[in-house]
Amino acid sequence: MSTQQQEPESQESPQDPEMKGAESPQQRRLKEKQEGMVDEHAEDEAEAAGETVHIKVFRYDPEVADKQEPRFDDFHVPFEKGMTVLDAVMYARDEFDSSLTFRHSCRQAVCGSDAFFVNGSQMLGCKTQLSELEQPVRIEPLPHQEVVKDLVVDMDHFYDQMHAVEPYFQDEDTPAASDLEEQRQTPENREKIKMSSRCIWCGACMSSCNIAAGDNEYLGPAAINKAYKFAMDDRESEEIKEHRLRILEQEHGVWRCQTQFSCTEVCPKDIPLTEHIQELKREAVKKNLKFW
Amino acid sequence: MYEHDVLVVGAGGAGLRAAIAAHEAGADTAIVSKLHPVRSHTGAAEGGINAALQEGDDWELHAYDTMKGSDYLADAPAVETLAQDAPEDTMRLEHWGMPFSREEDGRVSQRPFGGLSYPRTTYAGAETGHHLLHTMYEQVVKRGIQVYDEWYVMNLATTDEADPNDRQCEGIVAYDVQTGKVEGFKANQGVILATGGPGQAFDHTTNAVSCTGDGHAMAYRAGAPLEDMEFIQFHPTSLPSTGVLISEGVRGEGGILYNNDGERFMFEYGYANNSGELASRDVVARAELDEVAEGRGVEDEYVHLDMRHLGEDRILDRLENILHLAEDFEGVDGLVEPMPVKPGQHYAMGGIEVDENGQTCIDGLYAAGECACVSVHGGNRLGGNALPELIVFGKRAGAHAAGDDLGEPEIRTGYGDDVEDDDTELPVAPGASGLDSADAVADGGVAAETGALEQAVERERARVDRLMDKDSGVQHAEIRAKLQNAMTDYVNVFRNEEGIEKALEIIRECREEYQDVYVDDPSTTFNTDLQQTIETRNLIDVAETIALGALVRNEFRGAHWRQENQVRDDENWLKHTLVSWDDGEPSIFYRPVILEGEEKTYEPKVRSY
Repeated sequence: MSTQQQEPESQESPQDPEMKGAESPQQRRLKEKQEGMVDEHAEDEAEAAGETVHIKVFRYDPEVADKQEPRFDDFHVPFEKGMTVLDAVMYARDEFDSSLTFRHSCRQAVCGSDAFFVNGSQMLGCKTQLSELEQPVRIEPLPHQEVVKDLVVDMDHFYDQMHAVEPYFQDEDTPAASDLEEQRQTPENREKIKMSSRCIWCGACMSSCNIAAGDNEYLGPAAINKAYKFAMDDRESEEIKEHRLRILEQEHGVWRCQTQFSCTEVCPKDIPLTEHIQELKREAVKKNLKFW
Repeated sequence: MYEHDVLVVGAGGAGLRAAIAAHEAGADTAIVSKLHPVRSHTGAAEGGINAALQEGDDWELHAYDTMKGSDYLADAPAVETLAQDAPEDTMRLEHWGMPFSREEDGRVSQRPFGGLSYPRTTYAGAETGHHLLHTMYEQVVKRGIQVYDEWYVMNLATTDEADPNDRQCEGIVAYDVQTGKVEGFKANQGVILATGGPGQAFDHTTNAVSCTGDGHAMAYRAGAPLEDMEFIQFHPTSLPSTGVLISEGVRGEGGILYNNDGERFMFEYGYANNSGELASRDVVARAELDEVAEGRGVEDEYVHLDMRHLGEDRILDRLENILHLAEDFEGVDGLVEPMPVKPGQHYAMGGIEVDENGQTCIDGLYAAGECACVSVHGGNRLGGNALPELIVFGKRAGAHAAGDDLGEPEIRTGYGDDVEDDDTELPVAPGASGLDSADAVADGGVAAETGALEQAVERERARVDRLMDKDSGVQHAEIRAKLQNAMTDYVNVFRNEEGIEKALEIIRECREEYQDVYVDDPSTTFNTDLQQTIETRNLIDVAETIALGALVRNEFRGAHWRQENQVRDDENWLKHTLVSWDDGEPSIFYRPVILEGEEKTYEPKVRSY
């Protein structure tokens, strides 16, 4: 399973000398969990079938003995109309196991924190209705990224790729304080970049991409889309646009995309990622930039 | 130990803008945030940025509208600064590439908003906050400003002179969420708190799970008073199960509110015979709760917002996002059924008391954005005034902390000879009085006169050890839920003395129960159990100040309604409420509102629209 491919690098054993106090309760709990003395599973209790949702959640913690080998925990969560995948894991955490760990913040699909792998597909936990999913609902961390703990993955590589496309307005021509004149932009040009500007950096696209899985240097759909937003914005000069295309047409850039559309399918903001990548390929050709 | 000139805590709109300004002023600047910057809750703002950009508009009109909207509880120097600086700071965002919506001639679009005398709300679709946040993060990346993301700031390191006005903030103590390591960060020039709102003090809020009032609580315990905390804006249309916001735009386009009997109650029961559904936010929110209290609510909880009659074409054209929100977060198809809505906590007008330069009474400690109270919003914030506050006062705080001379502030901070003491009798002792003063319960946030940072780091490490070592007791989630329910039950839209006193009693119980709190997750890797346990402590402190403010202010002004005195009482209440921690034994005092602007005085008038 993809989520299990990582080797935990910095295991800290309970015997680690840094964790002072051999008999501390923290260590005792670590030991108990190791020995399976603590019942971590919230077993199906009194609730009748249909009133609860059965979720299976991926668990892993490099420090806690019985979580070092990844496993799934079962939770039976009372169902309410409108309940999302995020609601279910929050309930499981608050009511059954406070160590259940995942990123989340806004609960409304704009912070991009809670992209999970749900029943075999990348989606935002907060935006996914439980009623639309087959049970048991299998909730895993995003594939192709190192798992830090439970549903939390290491996003550093994703951020590195986003930063690699120089994701900022290049123009240094910021006017003096007294000059309030804006740069003009047609509504059509604004519309052109609209979808690309909706990206919330959730990482679902990168996780779904086979090419990114095999080529760690591939910029990936999110970063290329970020570059698209700037390259297509008429407020930047032609010269800067060419500079952007040179970044994109290199070996691990747009030409790696094999138009499988997996990124487009999973994007929670409906950004036409594959189309944007294709358009940039055509732009690179138009500019007579060498391609690989 | 880490060291920078200026440390910014929080990476939303105010924090990012402060960091850019401090960096531009030449300071070695770093951002420390419990979230990666693009996850910040500024991204959820929909409406826009008020700025007098066009000919025919004027900063003075913006200032006038804001003073009136505040119900005359905003300070004129702050309001005038906001109105004067907003145009330039908004244009700066445009030059940084923010994708504003455009007119045919290529200029940025502006639209009308509630309470504005001119259409001056600049916007980028219905996702203005998202674009503002990402545009500023791009500029932070461009400048190479260091970001410590997923570092949770636990407390400030402040010297411990008896008078908070004499204290100095030396830095912060934070822990790396990924590894659990607790470290000190020394700030040579200043610490800027930009930690956002305290919405999680309530059970039902449009705010993110991360909006836990951390900055409020840390500044408060360090000695900076919290100002006007009783002023909480409740938005009338949030989804019942999650609190997700349904924009005022639905009612603007003609959406209708119905009770369980299918009556258009805004007219039927005379809540607002002229404006109906488009009456001001507080009026509509109170009407909805009245309906539920009278037994006419749907499921005894909410009312219906119906937009089906607008027709599919118009809905798809103008309100498409609303269909997604209702479908994704409530499982309701707005084209075929009405949407359930109820009032939800939305925004805190009050916050950490600061002057126009963002500075608190503690030397080297600043605050900006929703966590701060300058005050520009007074008793009620106008739509479109939150985002300009972030960029205007974020920038000023950053520049001032980095040493720029912004002139002498007119607003005073801290206890002084211009304040008046409160003598209200409280039902229970607030703060830490009478409790075991172990740090987990009652840390004052201050350390000794020398080596404040080193001592603060030791104290926070001991606090983590104590929470982690404790083997049994109560878990934070239980206390948090009890606190949130108490606030929503008793310090909500409708307030009376009996209810607020009840809330203070429950908050006191929460504080006592918190003495027995423990963290069950034994791991030092990404321990969100530990982080949330500390956040819950902050929520207790902040919720208490909201309830205290609500108790002492016996009048109806802006968003604060009191059953016993349902009128605005200018005779007695043209003053800010300040709650000071006082090393665990909180006191309340008042500072007069400044209604005198640069050239004119804003005379209180009836707030009618």
